[in-house]
Amino acid sequence: MHYLPASGEDVKNMLGAVGAKSVDDLFSSIPEEVKLRGPLPIPSGLAEAEVKERFALRAARNTVASCFPCFLGAGAYDHYVPAAVDAILSRSEFYTSYTPYQPEMAQGTLQAIFEFQTMMAGLTGMDVSNASLYDGASATAEAALMASRLRKGRKILVARSLHPSYRAVLRTYVKHLGLAVEEVPFGSDGRVDLSAYAKAAEGACIFLVGQPNFFGVVEDVKAISSVALNSEKPILAVAVAETLALAALEPPGPQGADLCVGDARSFGLPVGFGGPYLGFMTAKKELMRQMPGRICGETVDADGRRGFVLTLTTREQHIRREKATSNICSNEGLCMLAATVYLALMGRKGLSELARQNLSKAHYLKGALEANGVKPLFGGPVFNEFAVSVKGSAKVNGKLFKKGIIGGYPLFKDYPKLKNGYLLCATERTAKEDCDKLASILGGAA
Amino acid sequence: MNIPSGLRYTKTHEWVKIEGQTGTVGVSDFAQHELGDIVFVEAPQPGDGVTAGAQMGTVESVKAVSELNCPISGTVAETNEALADHPEYLNQDPYGAGWIVKVTLSDAKEAEGLMDAQAYAKYVAESGH
Amino acid sequence: MSRQIEEKLLFELDHPGRNGASLPKCDVPEVSFADAFGPLARKEEPVALPELSEVDVIRHFTRLSACNYSVDLGLYPLGSCTMKYNPKINEAVCRYEGLSGVHPLQDEATAQGALELMHALQESLCAISGMDACTLQPAAGAHGEFTGMQLIRAYHEAKGNPRKIVLIPDSAHGTNPASAHFAGYAVEEFKSGADGCVDVEALKARMNEEVAAIMLTVPNTLGIFEKNIKAVCEILHAKGGQVYIDGANLNALMGVTRPGDWGADVMHINLHKTFSTPHGGGGPGAGPVACKAHLEPFLPVPIVVKKEERYSFDYERPMSIGKVQGFYGNFLVLARALAYIETMGAEGLKSASELAVLNANYLRAKLTGKLELGFDGPTLHEVVFCDKGMPNGVTTMDFAKRLIDYGFHPPTVYFPLIVHGAIMIEPTETEPKEEMDRFVEAVEKIVAEARETPDLVKKAPHEAYRKRLDEVAAARNPRLVWKR
Repeated sequence: MHYLPASGEDVKNMLGAVGAKSVDDLFSSIPEEVKLRGPLPIPSGLAEAEVKERFALRAARNTVASCFPCFLGAGAYDHYVPAAVDAILSRSEFYTSYTPYQPEMAQGTLQAIFEFQTMMAGLTGMDVSNASLYDGASATAEAALMASRLRKGRKILVARSLHPSYRAVLRTYVKHLGLAVEEVPFGSDGRVDLSAYAKAAEGACIFLVGQPNFFGVVEDVKAISSVALNSEKPILAVAVAETLALAALEPPGPQGADLCVGDARSFGLPVGFGGPYLGFMTAKKELMRQMPGRICGETVDADGRRGFVLTLTTREQHIRREKATSNICSNEGLCMLAATVYLALMGRKGLSELARQNLSKAHYLKGALEANGVKPLFGGPVFNEFAVSVKGSAKVNGKLFKKGIIGGYPLFKDYPKLKNGYLLCATERTAKEDCDKLASILGGAA
Repeated sequence: MNIPSGLRYTKTHEWVKIEGQTGTVGVSDFAQHELGDIVFVEAPQPGDGVTAGAQMGTVESVKAVSELNCPISGTVAETNEALADHPEYLNQDPYGAGWIVKVTLSDAKEAEGLMDAQAYAKYVAESGH
Repeated sequence: MSRQIEEKLLFELDHPGRNGASLPKCDVPEVSFADAFGPLARKEEPVALPELSEVDVIRHFTRLSACNYSVDLGLYPLGSCTMKYNPKINEAVCRYEGLSGVHPLQDEATAQGALELMHALQESLCAISGMDACTLQPAAGAHGEFTGMQLIRAYHEAKGNPRKIVLIPDSAHGTNPASAHFAGYAVEEFKSGADGCVDVEALKARMNEEVAAIMLTVPNTLGIFEKNIKAVCEILHAKGGQVYIDGANLNALMGVTRPGDWGADVMHINLHKTFSTPHGGGGPGAGPVACKAHLEPFLPVPIVVKKEERYSFDYERPMSIGKVQGFYGNFLVLARALAYIETMGAEGLKSASELAVLNANYLRAKLTGKLELGFDGPTLHEVVFCDKGMPNGVTTMDFAKRLIDYGFHPPTVYFPLIVHGAIMIEPTETEPKEEMDRFVEAVEKIVAEARETPDLVKKAPHEAYRKRLDEVAAARNPRLVWKR
């Protein structure tokens, strides 16, 4: 076996040093009655070439966006990943290292985390950031838990227009902690219904809003944060599933949000059939000590040179155990590195231009659809995704696939009242002619 | 180890200094030594009620969190704001600049049940340290 | 490590006018942010991002990479972390466009390869653990623990009483109590017996209908197999409790014994430990949860099922605890793990566990006498030493930092908490004997230094990119982002 260096001779020598007759002797502390008789019921090992072939076959049985134009977003946006990102991720100094608990030999990872934290705090207009969470959905749930600790509150308020999976995971997380989740409806523009929010806000410890929301509609965060309430304002948390929008919109911090969570997968990671993604959390400074997950901080070494360490670790499970701010241990380290490299490559100009291209493509697609009689579902402003009304939306994708197109996302599964709702996304990878083609097909169907 | 007389001590290594209706609370020199470099203090705020023997906050070093118990009952009158930027005062001057809260006592006699300096010195010695 | 270039932060390297992005020309009319969003539009470019060329960026991160230690460089003996070699074929296959480019919401008919991959992994993990069903959704070990505890809770609730308490031994990882807490349970710690195992009589006395479950790591964090595991399962089951196995140390057991055969009800499996997927400097991992049939109805939605030759997601699971991840799990990590299992096969996995145990016992034999054992008794894949007998006030931390100067990553230190100044060593099966001998030599030298030149040890490391870093200053005055 090519990953196992021990030769027969090595085994013999090591057994000698241990004072054991056989390898089986080493397992004598396991009672015979629980030992497995016979081999594991899985096939024998394969040679590398055979494994490769199997995976090539598996890959061939999937259709991917690079072959077919793809109009699916809904929490996973198809952006180009520069080759330089994977070149860095493929460096084994990064991917075969552990969590940087020994900072003197992990400064590479730690400095990258510090850079990531700086960029994410900057993009979201917040003071502090952690080093990543699992994904946007679990980050949303962590935000709710954090707010309930800070405010000793039991009521979680969430916009119904927030990503359905984010809401689903949130419910799983809070289910047994005595917390209640209430939803705030959306208006005809697809945005949070502010008067409904004002009514529901009393006693809530947090209000979680998607930005842009699941319908692609851009919320007016400032208007939400300015709603006059009779009671203490809930912590306002903005959840961002498409972080590229942060380059186009005023950052949530200055708009009055206290907390920003979401999924930064758009920054340099593939859609990858759903994972691994990149949950993140940034916050105003006052919330720092209740944040979940690892955090990197700047310090100096014994010679006074700048260096980085994991810090504020008393929040974490390995110290505070059941009183920790979260049970998270492993995070999405390498995905964080991808985002850091990606953002460094794009830079402020590149990311802005990329966001502009996404915006322009989506608006072109929207216009082309309207010209073909396909109407938008909501009136609010949109970034690179928007909902339209398409009759028989459940069956549209099959039709489109026959014409070589990966279609959008039918909304009825998550919003039964939006029977004809159909979510479409355009990114820098969407070609004009494909927009025209889609518009004419859907126009015919509508 | 410094154990000033005139203060009262708890088994969990907090001290209280009674002056009229006010009790000033901190952690002992022994405690700060055991905790190591203190990096953060979480204390109750003015107006909060505190109960003798109950947890009122935490003291953190880099890799440990210790509960901070209140030696006496009453209402917090003042919190040492300087500790937010200078938690090291707890290490440097546990009985002076490192005080944590001042409490308006609900029962000035309550502290008499706590150890005096002599008893506390004996307690520390006997608990095997 | 030799003297390295002092690498600045990205923001200090900022060079206006440079560009590392390569974007296509836009083939549609340009829409400005202001036109689209009015007052909600961003007014200035995100200043937090630098302007750099691709060359600058690659140099920056390549230089940073040189400040890291890694498995590909040498022994990484972190106990309970299973820092085994990460096979290169895994990295290759997970990058196939046909896998990395599949959108999670595509029609199932267009993602049969991805679904088949997940199904094959579910089946393999069931076979290895002796369980009946499996979810791949959890993103990491702790996420798996949380999921497993939710299953247990849902099971008890369905029987009419969620129960209140989860028992966890004092040798457990911190994630165990935290996970049980977030599933709504009160955590009760119980002391390990003198032999490092569960005290069966004490457990019997403690067990009642309030106890929902016990969470056990087997072998435990001392490397000791829980010899009474069958009795423990019987005691819990007799009063309706469930047995959760933390699979963090499954690398000691593959093909030798299976939690399902002990009577355990549910476990998580760390693919980034036992199944060779990279740790990535902290993640991403994957923490699939395998369980017995009675817990299967509660698994998160969706589960991959096979009907005839077609694979699909099953969402029709009314008893399910719901979702724990946005989509279906860390798919590209799952792909790597399956590549590993298919490469190793039944015999290969068993050999891996056997050699992991042999390597750990070899190091134990070689180091005993130089360091003091934390616990007697036979150990499997890892061994724990303590700080007893370290001369001149040298601490476990000093010892660990001095190992850096000898070119090794230190072992896990100060864990498990029940061993004073613990030094926890897990070499894994992928370590060659010479590398372990080199480590033993280094330990020997450090022990001598601690006696003769203690200051050398106390001030270590001396040769690393950075000397000892001031964690106190970092925590007292947290600086978490760069400021101009």
